[in-house]
Amino acid sequence: MVESIRAYVLLSGIWVRSTMAYRTSFVIMTVSQFAITFVDFVALLVMFSRVDQLGGFSLSEIALLYGTSSLALGVADLALGNIEHLGRRVRDGSFDQMLIRPVPALVSMCADRFALRRVGRVGQGALVLGWALLNAPVDWTAARVVMTMAMVLSATLIFASIFVLGGAIQFWSSDSAEVANAFTYGGNFLTQYPMAIYPAELVRGVTFLIPVAFVNWYPTLYLLDRPDPFGFPSVLRFLSPAVAVLVVAVTGLVWRTGLRRYRSTGS
Amino acid sequence: MRTTGERQRLGPLAAIAGRSFQRYATYRTATFAGLFTNAMFGVFVAYTFIALWSQKPHLGGYDRTDAVTFVWIAQALIMPVATWGGGFQADFSERIRSGDIAIDLYRPTGFIPWWLAVDLGRASFHFLGRSVPTIMVGALLFDLRMPATAATWLLVVLAAYLAVVVSFGIRFLVSLTAFWLLDSQGVEQVATILGMFCSGMILPLVVFPGLAGDLLRGAPWAAFIQVPADIWLGKRTGFAVARGVAFQVGWAVLLLGASYVALRRAEHKVVVQGG
Repeated sequence: MVESIRAYVLLSGIWVRSTMAYRTSFVIMTVSQFAITFVDFVALLVMFSRVDQLGGFSLSEIALLYGTSSLALGVADLALGNIEHLGRRVRDGSFDQMLIRPVPALVSMCADRFALRRVGRVGQGALVLGWALLNAPVDWTAARVVMTMAMVLSATLIFASIFVLGGAIQFWSSDSAEVANAFTYGGNFLTQYPMAIYPAELVRGVTFLIPVAFVNWYPTLYLLDRPDPFGFPSVLRFLSPAVAVLVVAVTGLVWRTGLRRYRSTGS
Repeated sequence: MRTTGERQRLGPLAAIAGRSFQRYATYRTATFAGLFTNAMFGVFVAYTFIALWSQKPHLGGYDRTDAVTFVWIAQALIMPVATWGGGFQADFSERIRSGDIAIDLYRPTGFIPWWLAVDLGRASFHFLGRSVPTIMVGALLFDLRMPATAATWLLVVLAAYLAVVVSFGIRFLVSLTAFWLLDSQGVEQVATILGMFCSGMILPLVVFPGLAGDLLRGAPWAAFIQVPADIWLGKRTGFAVARGVAFQVGWAVLLLGASYVALRRAEHKVVVQGG
């Protein structure tokens, strides 16, 4: 584990150094990453110039959801978002290179083309979350502080797992990178808003099937001390860390199965 | 009646567009995967709009059905209109970097017509492969408002193609900056942000209040989604349709004209590497 982390830091460090050779380009790309993702929040602000609540939630409450989801997705995307290019490496056989290195293939793949510019997205998520934590009507207790940290950590693990799952699927179907986007960026968009605006079947789906509702929705209900609008059991709001661990375990299993299935290219 | 000269010019361009269409048509899995993503986002965004319009039932002159239909029109047009940029730009930038662009400058069809034909061929495939199925999925899941008459359908198609041309003009000017900057990525990103926001892709432009709203509705990006959608939804009828189409044509002419001027200047920057 320590060895893997060391390898990851080393490999991504190489990419950071190569990025820094074009410093202006790096700054422009980072700022624009920030701005592109911030556009979603601007849309929210424009909506709130016309109404003062959405699905029964105020702007600062939605910002809590939005900030958590964006920060978590941003960190996951920064750390291992490039795994979405696995399909290309499977197609042209260059994934072989990853297998002969003295580093786990997953580590090698995650660090590949590590793009530091993605801190732009992390920055905008952190900014919105910071603002929300200061302004949302949360009755702060020690338990709620712990819950906030657990929420951000679990959310990051859940999104990271979805990235890896999206990559692993490409062992089977190398052209389906965009399907993964529907779950990562789609999951991010979905969880930027309170589940209260979605129909119950959809919320049931993202609770029990693809558990992105645990990214922020259930812990936030606890932080805001609100009843579940769908009447789901209140134990759900404490389950995010457990769900995150479960998702990570399943992802590990799928990745290994996919890896065993990889047969390189012909000729 | 066309003169022989015109036929000689249009023949190759039609052939280029046809090949470009075929090229994109080969990526079947990618088309399905993209469709899936459009559909997911369509569903999610639709519910955020439903939440907004359930509180303001007549926001921007749209009712709930209009708003939901707008979401699916916007999702359907992302690929063909290249709202976020893309299309011919990937090839174009690559050819500037490699210097192959010098060959394109000598093509008998002319440089801009060549790339416009490539992009229109691509867009035509995306209309069939992405737009039509996206709207069909939307209509299955939600109650959408469809154009009432065959004439409206035709006008929607016309407006959608004009949207591609306006978008082409913007993307061409953006890509052309590579002649001066060598790398147009930064400018492309700025163009992406403008495209996402100013096209109405994130929120229909009718929602924006005051001066900001007026400016957005007069900017070229309004030609991307807002004008075709307003024709589709019947918000523009009679003379207003003509005004909408004229708005698109005006921006298309202006942007293509600017492209020709910029290209003339860019040509002086081309240095062909000898060997």
